Amino acid sequence: MGSNLSLAYLMLSAILFVIGGVGVLIRRNPLVMIMCVELMLNAVNLSFVTFGKMLDDISGQIIVFFVMVVAAAEVVVGLALIVAMARRRPGATADDLRTLRG
Amino acid sequence: MVELVWLIPALPLAGFLLLVFFGKRIGEPRAGWIGTGAVALSFVTACVVFAGLWNEPEHTFEASLFKWIPAGNFNVDIGILLDPLSMAMVLFITGIASLIHLYSIGYMHGDSRFPRFFTYLNLFVFSMLVLVLGDNLVLTFLGWEGVGACSYFLIAFWFEKEENASAGKKAFITNRVGDWGFMVAIFMTFFAFGTVTYTEFLPMAPGLAQTTATFIALMLFVGAIGKSAQIPLFIWLPDAMAGPTPVSALIHAATMVTAGVYLLVRVNPIIAASASWIPWMIAIVGIATAFLAATIALAQQDIKKVLAYSTVSQLGYMFLAVGVGGYSAAIFHMITHAFFKALLFLGAGSVIHGMHEEQDMRRMGALRRIMPVTAVTFIIGWLAIAGVPPFSGFWSKDDILAYALHKSPILYVIGLITALLTAFYMSRLVFRVFYGDSRWGESAEGELANLNAHTATDAADAGAEDHADAHEDSHADTHAGHGAVHPHESKWPMLVPLIVLAFFAATAGVLNLPFTENLEFLNRWLEPVVGENQVHLHLGGAQLTFELLLSTTIALLGIFAAYMVYLKKKIDPSRIELPFFANGWYIDQGITAFMGGIGRKGFELIAMFDKVVIDGAVNGVGRATRGGASRLRAIENGYVRWYALMIGVGAVLIVAFVMTQVSF
Repeated sequence: MGSNLSLAYLMLSAILFVIGGVGVLIRRNPLVMIMCVELMLNAVNLSFVTFGKMLDDISGQIIVFFVMVVAAAEVVVGLALIVAMARRRPGATADDLRTLRG
Repeated sequence: MVELVWLIPALPLAGFLLLVFFGKRIGEPRAGWIGTGAVALSFVTACVVFAGLWNEPEHTFEASLFKWIPAGNFNVDIGILLDPLSMAMVLFITGIASLIHLYSIGYMHGDSRFPRFFTYLNLFVFSMLVLVLGDNLVLTFLGWEGVGACSYFLIAFWFEKEENASAGKKAFITNRVGDWGFMVAIFMTFFAFGTVTYTEFLPMAPGLAQTTATFIALMLFVGAIGKSAQIPLFIWLPDAMAGPTPVSALIHAATMVTAGVYLLVRVNPIIAASASWIPWMIAIVGIATAFLAATIALAQQDIKKVLAYSTVSQLGYMFLAVGVGGYSAAIFHMITHAFFKALLFLGAGSVIHGMHEEQDMRRMGALRRIMPVTAVTFIIGWLAIAGVPPFSGFWSKDDILAYALHKSPILYVIGLITALLTAFYMSRLVFRVFYGDSRWGESAEGELANLNAHTATDAADAGAEDHADAHEDSHADTHAGHGAVHPHESKWPMLVPLIVLAFFAATAGVLNLPFTENLEFLNRWLEPVVGENQVHLHLGGAQLTFELLLSTTIALLGIFAAYMVYLKKKIDPSRIELPFFANGWYIDQGITAFMGGIGRKGFELIAMFDKVVIDGAVNGVGRATRGGASRLRAIENGYVRWYALMIGVGAVLIVAFVMTQVSF
């Protein structure tokens, strides 16, 4: 794989990460925020694979599996929370849920 | 056989545990018999162990039961040190305690808290045995606090009455002052020697720096004067008579109050290693207490108060003995005093019981016809304490005076004057209670007016004067209403201990007769413990005869004087019973005045300091934290995106730090 191609993958990864990060910061819908977090995770996955390929090291791809497993577990908890919240307060945004503020 | 020694404290403990859990169900009188049985068995065990101890080298036996506090280089075992000193203590403690338990079955008959009384008594005996058998200072301190607590429980046993409860508190608080000294002494001992076990640090004492030894001895002395009621901490003992009479006999005459003397005798190498003013101070405090308490006893009207001040006075003699280096004499007097003073208290209890809870000697008299056994045994106790040969008190008191003369003639002379006073006030008591005319149930109006004016010893605080008035009025009313009082002799559980104690009060002198070395059994028995630091007296025949004759004369003179005053009525008693004495030299009132006046100002100042500086510091820290936090809480606004942004900013900052500061 040429270094240009690798650079393209890394750029794509960075762009996806920034989109995800900005999404988390500016969106109010909890479901969308979780999707944005997933986007960030997958952006990181992409860079892992790319680096693994660049350095010819299989661990880069193995770590991706771990990240996916953890992400799946996280989504389970996150979605459960969102469902519970939606039942209790339909239409609430993340900014409405600030009971724990100092 | 000495291996059985652990049973000696274990039996009263077992009795205590049984009674504390099942006492109410066991009820009267079986609870009393269980308590008595436990202590009596303990006494039997002590006798068996005593027989076994003869075969041990140096008559000493040590046993470590288990480790109690293993903390770094600070180790305390639950260990037993059985040597001639503790053996002597154990024998007379368990023996007298058994008799007093038996007596209490009769005395406490019908009391609503009968089982609880024996629960406390058993706990007391256990604590006292821990105190004397413990092989280190910490264990002794444990027993020391145990007897203090039991003393408090038992003084305030009839806590329904305000005076009893506050007498208990007074005893407890006064004792805390002494306990503080004892604790400081323990800490200092550990710093100086690295151990608190007697057999380890006492042999090292001669090599100790003199100032350290002086400090330890001084602090132990502070502990001892608290427990043994010496100047200035003696004020609690007369008030402690608020408890039931067997308690006064057991705790406040025979055993617990001698713990201070025991402690000083136990640590005699430390006293020997300290500055020479320490023994002088002990002797002077002892003789001053003996004298002061004897003068106060002259003017008391309450039969138990006389005996209480007499106890303080006799304890003063023991301290004098320790101070002048007559350790064996101190123990000798402790043992004879335990016999005759327990006897006198129990006799007084029998009188009080027979007179239906009357304690004022002005309403007694001529009781010898109605209470023959009590009277005869009491008279033996009286002759013993007055120092009439051949009763026990004569020999032990004379032993102490001989050592005192060896140290200084002044101590000897004051000791003799105190002996004269002792003979006088005890004769006064006997003549007023058992001889003369019967004054039972007399309201004694004129005397009561006198009493209200002067005898306000109970009135520790000046405000209680009115209270004392009310108390005496109610007495007068009761007697006016009831008319005649019918005294009666006590039942056999109360009389048997009196007879046994009377026997020993009369004969205990043979323990240590001064005529030849061979007759000084106690001296030789205690040799391994106190031998090195004991002053060795070798009295010539002439000097010994002179001293014995002088003591006898003094005792008889005191009795004769009391006879002239109280039976022949040649001299008006009010010329001797000065208000100054009746009020205990105004010491209680003085303390009240000081604490209410200057002392209070001082305490208020301290309270102010506490409020402003100490509380200020504590509250300041709290306020600063709160102020800082209220500013910081603005950050925690509850918006998830804000936190996410902060995480991002933090991550960027850390990466930036790593990139710039760490070279790869």
